[in-house]
Amino acid sequence: MSCWETIADYGLRSIGIGERVLPREGYTLCQQFTLIGSGMIWNIYFGVLALCSGFFLATAVALGKASTNPVLQKASAWFIFLFRGSPLFIQFFFAYFLFLTLKPISPFFNPFTSAWLGALIVLFLNTAAYSGEIFYGALQSVPKGDIEAADAYGMSGWSRFRRITWPTMLRLAWPAYTNEAIFLFHATTLVYFSGFPAWQQRGDALYYANFFADKTFNPFVPYPILAFYFIILTLLIISLFGLINRRLNRHLPQDVRGKMKLKLNVIR
Amino acid sequence: MFSFCVDPASLDGLAWMACYLTTGKHMAIYTSLFTVLLLLAITAPSALIFGFLGASSARSPFPPLSWIGKAYIAIVRGVPDIAFFLFFVIALDQLFEWIRHEIKCPDWEADIWQGNDFVVCDIAKLPLGNAPQWVHETYGFFLAVLTFAIVFGAFAANVLYGAMRAVPHNQLETAESYGMNRRQVFWRILVPQMWVFALPGLSNLWMVLIKATPLLFLLGVEDIVYWARELGGSKTARFTDYPHGDWRMWYFLALLIFYLLFTRVSEIVLDKLMLKLTHGQATLAGEAQRKAAA
Repeated sequence: MSCWETIADYGLRSIGIGERVLPREGYTLCQQFTLIGSGMIWNIYFGVLALCSGFFLATAVALGKASTNPVLQKASAWFIFLFRGSPLFIQFFFAYFLFLTLKPISPFFNPFTSAWLGALIVLFLNTAAYSGEIFYGALQSVPKGDIEAADAYGMSGWSRFRRITWPTMLRLAWPAYTNEAIFLFHATTLVYFSGFPAWQQRGDALYYANFFADKTFNPFVPYPILAFYFIILTLLIISLFGLINRRLNRHLPQDVRGKMKLKLNVIR
Repeated sequence: MFSFCVDPASLDGLAWMACYLTTGKHMAIYTSLFTVLLLLAITAPSALIFGFLGASSARSPFPPLSWIGKAYIAIVRGVPDIAFFLFFVIALDQLFEWIRHEIKCPDWEADIWQGNDFVVCDIAKLPLGNAPQWVHETYGFFLAVLTFAIVFGAFAANVLYGAMRAVPHNQLETAESYGMNRRQVFWRILVPQMWVFALPGLSNLWMVLIKATPLLFLLGVEDIVYWARELGGSKTARFTDYPHGDWRMWYFLALLIFYLLFTRVSEIVLDKLMLKLTHGQATLAGEAQRKAAA
């Protein structure tokens, strides 16, 4: 079987298209590259959707934590503490068994016990909490002069937020937010190890890498392949976020703008 | 455990709960809480040592050594840490067995990777096939600790590398002008001063380390996640004196609360420590303390 056939058979295996049975023998490099790559579809699905939806909740939570209303303030602070203070792994387990308990109550909860929705909700809330804290920090360091200038121009309320506060907040938060995006994509690998079943062996990249490591008892091939895919993904994220950063700072003079000084932390 | 627990079927309410929560298996989950604490107590210092080695080799003047250090720091950034956990546990195990194999059975002809199996001679197996259960468990735990130390050592190396560069350069130049050599400057000037710069990063790392402990479950150690799944699953009256439905949700809720409390306590302690360390330092925070006192 040539490599093209393998790609045709297993390229979209993780979403249920192509050959049903996973390879039973050979475990060639081509098979490993194709299947692990096909698993990346799920990592990207979880990461992109959670990031896009989490962004809005994160803004809301950051505003809530910075607000003067004590109820909103406490609620947002607790939300952030709850999701930042506990391991994501335990959050996945808890959510899965919670949905499992709710399932007999109403068929409405059926899709929640499968990874594509249940795990997505956990990731959405988790990233909203982490980015909410980042945005809150940025909101606190918006220069006082910017707000005063806006006041002097007669802006207030929504238009001041939309045109001055929010863009400045994003500009300040962007390097840290890039970091959060990278870690969110890394966190997506936990999904299929935390209770959520991989239905019909449709799993993510780590699920297949683990499958090959178990079958061949040789970790030195599948895990470096996984690492290769993730390094490419990380580089993609960095360049994409760099482009957005350039747009955010387009009003600045060329020499000040420079490149995004990514203070890339290794830890979340 | 209690004297009234002889016939659980006749109990109800609080008494039933008291007996249920003190069964032998529940003692195992409480012990596994200590496994987590033990892991943290061993991993934190060993990760710090790995980190220190990584950071000092990254700033070494000898290029190959500094490449190794920088690669060690950089590699964990692009790849999910859970992949490292899964990788190192098997890789380290095979490495140890292979080394023992080379030493103990030098006249072994066959290949080590035979098709889809990893085969070493019997006396090179780790732990030995006839070893008691506790040896197997300890060996597993040891591998897990080593894996944690390697992965978190890379994180710590990054923090310490940054802290070493944050120490004001004048301090090092002054030391050199006093006639100290490289080694003396490193040990007498750089290392004592870098900790206050490293502490914010290290406390962040401690939080991440706490939150990584449930991953022990993936490394095959019988930890709290394992026991929560075991004990929480529904039990019928045939197999246990304490039948109940699917309670796994509540067990994981308890774990969630345990971790939240743990994080909160760590936060408070680390804040106190930072306050102590910044006292009298020539940094913004130290200056603020001085002004507040005056």
